[in-house]
Amino acid sequence: MQKFTVVDGIVAPMDRANVDTDLIIPKQFLKSIKRTGFGPNLFDELRYEDEGYPGKDPESRTLNPDFVLNQSRFKGAEVLLARQNFGCGSSREHAPWALVDFGFRVVIAPSFADIFYNNSFKNGLLLITLDDAIVDRLFQAVEQQPGYQLHVDLESQQVRTPEGESYAFDVDPFRKHCLLNGLDDIGLTLQDADAIRAYETKQASQAPWLFADQQ
Amino acid sequence: MGAKTLYDKLWDSHLVKQREDGTALIYIDRHLLHEVTSPQAFEGLRLANRQPWRLVTNLATPDHNVPTTLTERAAGVKGIDDDIARIQVMTLDENCDSFNITEFEINDARQGIVHVVGPEQGATLPGMTVVCGDSHTATHGAFAALAHGIGTSEVEHVLATQCLIQRKMKNMLVRVDGELGPGVTAKDVVLAIIGKIGTAGGTGHAIEFGGSAIESLSMEGRMTICNMAIEAGARVGLVACDQTTIDYIKGRPFAPQGEHWDLAVNAWQDLKSDDDAQFDTVVELRAEDIEPQVSWGTSPEMVTSVNGQVPDPEKAADETQSKSWLRALEYMGLAANQQITDIRLDKVFIGSCTNSRIEDLRAAAEVIKGRKVADTVKEAIVVPGSGLVKRQAEAEGLDKLFTEAGFQWREPGCSMCLAMNADKLGAGEHCASTSNRNFEGRQGWGGRTHLVSPAMAAAAAIAGHFVDVRHF
Repeated sequence: MQKFTVVDGIVAPMDRANVDTDLIIPKQFLKSIKRTGFGPNLFDELRYEDEGYPGKDPESRTLNPDFVLNQSRFKGAEVLLARQNFGCGSSREHAPWALVDFGFRVVIAPSFADIFYNNSFKNGLLLITLDDAIVDRLFQAVEQQPGYQLHVDLESQQVRTPEGESYAFDVDPFRKHCLLNGLDDIGLTLQDADAIRAYETKQASQAPWLFADQQ
Repeated sequence: MGAKTLYDKLWDSHLVKQREDGTALIYIDRHLLHEVTSPQAFEGLRLANRQPWRLVTNLATPDHNVPTTLTERAAGVKGIDDDIARIQVMTLDENCDSFNITEFEINDARQGIVHVVGPEQGATLPGMTVVCGDSHTATHGAFAALAHGIGTSEVEHVLATQCLIQRKMKNMLVRVDGELGPGVTAKDVVLAIIGKIGTAGGTGHAIEFGGSAIESLSMEGRMTICNMAIEAGARVGLVACDQTTIDYIKGRPFAPQGEHWDLAVNAWQDLKSDDDAQFDTVVELRAEDIEPQVSWGTSPEMVTSVNGQVPDPEKAADETQSKSWLRALEYMGLAANQQITDIRLDKVFIGSCTNSRIEDLRAAAEVIKGRKVADTVKEAIVVPGSGLVKRQAEAEGLDKLFTEAGFQWREPGCSMCLAMNADKLGAGEHCASTSNRNFEGRQGWGGRTHLVSPAMAAAAAIAGHFVDVRHF
């Protein structure tokens, strides 16, 4: 997993509540057996005017000029600013894979859906929850100032605006640790292999019908 | 010890280790796999040279990508027309073969939608933890199992460690008391709940569904309710274990037998919230107030009674909601204040992990018996949830009722619920669908989904537009 420490990035606004994972990456692209290559189809139905399918050359497609990610002022954006309940719906990890593959490192919103939240941190994508009122202010600033950037520092858990305002955000200490160090959490869990085996031994006597294979 | 909720009990009995940072290692008893969210996890295992921790807990079947026409299914996996879909299904077969995981392959009679197959096989048991790389894993909570969807990294984590790193959720109780009216089903109940609490209403919570209306439901009905907990934002839906649960499980292939059965049934008696357990949030509905529901928009919370109207964005609670409604009306091609019964249908889909079990097919068949699908409906399909559901329906003659009425009778799979295979809507087409999500493009690019119960979908197919199935 890619480490995350500090990002200074252009902010792209996604002014819409309840953005679901079908919208982030439509199902036809989930047939891939890889983890990469989803970037060109991020927000496919909003980004293009024609229907997308796997293998279709992005160069041959008609871009929707009104969609934010197609506007030159948001080119190279690394921070996505969103509304409440971002990432609701399906558990597809292809959603954070697509966001990361496109170049996003951070998503800021008033709230996120649970499964999407878990999946994002496992892929080096930092999700930041800020109050509605702050998110509103950031939407206004992005609208008014072309090239608007935010400074995001995970270690100090701060988002800093070009005006010098700072907003603190919460992050689970375990997730923060994994993200700062780019750690694989399977390796960490396997350090507790003895505890897992001890649990299994205990359960095999308490709920033997679940451990018929071990008797 | 204080009084516990069912969720508290399930959490406590699966706690391997509580860590100082507030996370916990939770043991997983059952891991279900399908072709879409597993290939990258198996690849990860191989790259790290890891083996599955405990093979027998895993059970796989392809469902999302499989074709549902007999012509395409006849030749098995090799007959799948779509090259990349075929590769994905073959990859599941190869991974299960090489890691020695039990799989019900494409033309096995036991194949089907993973959330239909697990309970049908008795692979989902009360008191278990059940996970799958699919958000509708909440379905299995109907058995008083702690069940939720996970992403692919977590699929790999469960394969490698038999555990997940979790934080405890909050407890929510949704109580539905009273008696449901005739023609009002579990689907209408859960849509009404989502309409009330919203699509993020349960975020961060495990929702337990209780009350006399829930207790009187069959296991199929309870599965329909728990299935859609995720559409209210909750990863976990739960119903307490009772005699209905135990009767459903008894004798199924993976269910405990003999002495183990008696021990299990005894332990399962405790799988309910204590009388004085505290919930962080309680929501109450009266069963008598619930009418057949129809979704009109592009989020499951955009739902109303069949006798209602499409809402007016000018009457929205705030600007964000008003914008969402406007955008939804534009996408759906509907006008504010339009009667729901005036919405005309192009297609009808009866299937999905929400509503493709035998009881669902019986309810739909009852409505269409001796009637014909309206000429204006271009396609009406019934996709049973598993090969065994299909076989049972055929034994009861339901397939004949459907085909005589003008429905197509298909092979099992997820099909038009998410339209990864060839079953999909065209741009602008309205569909009465027994599935769970009405997101933009969910059933096909530009397609317009209306979520309803099987009986309501069947009645809409006959009438060509929505009708109140209670007066049909």
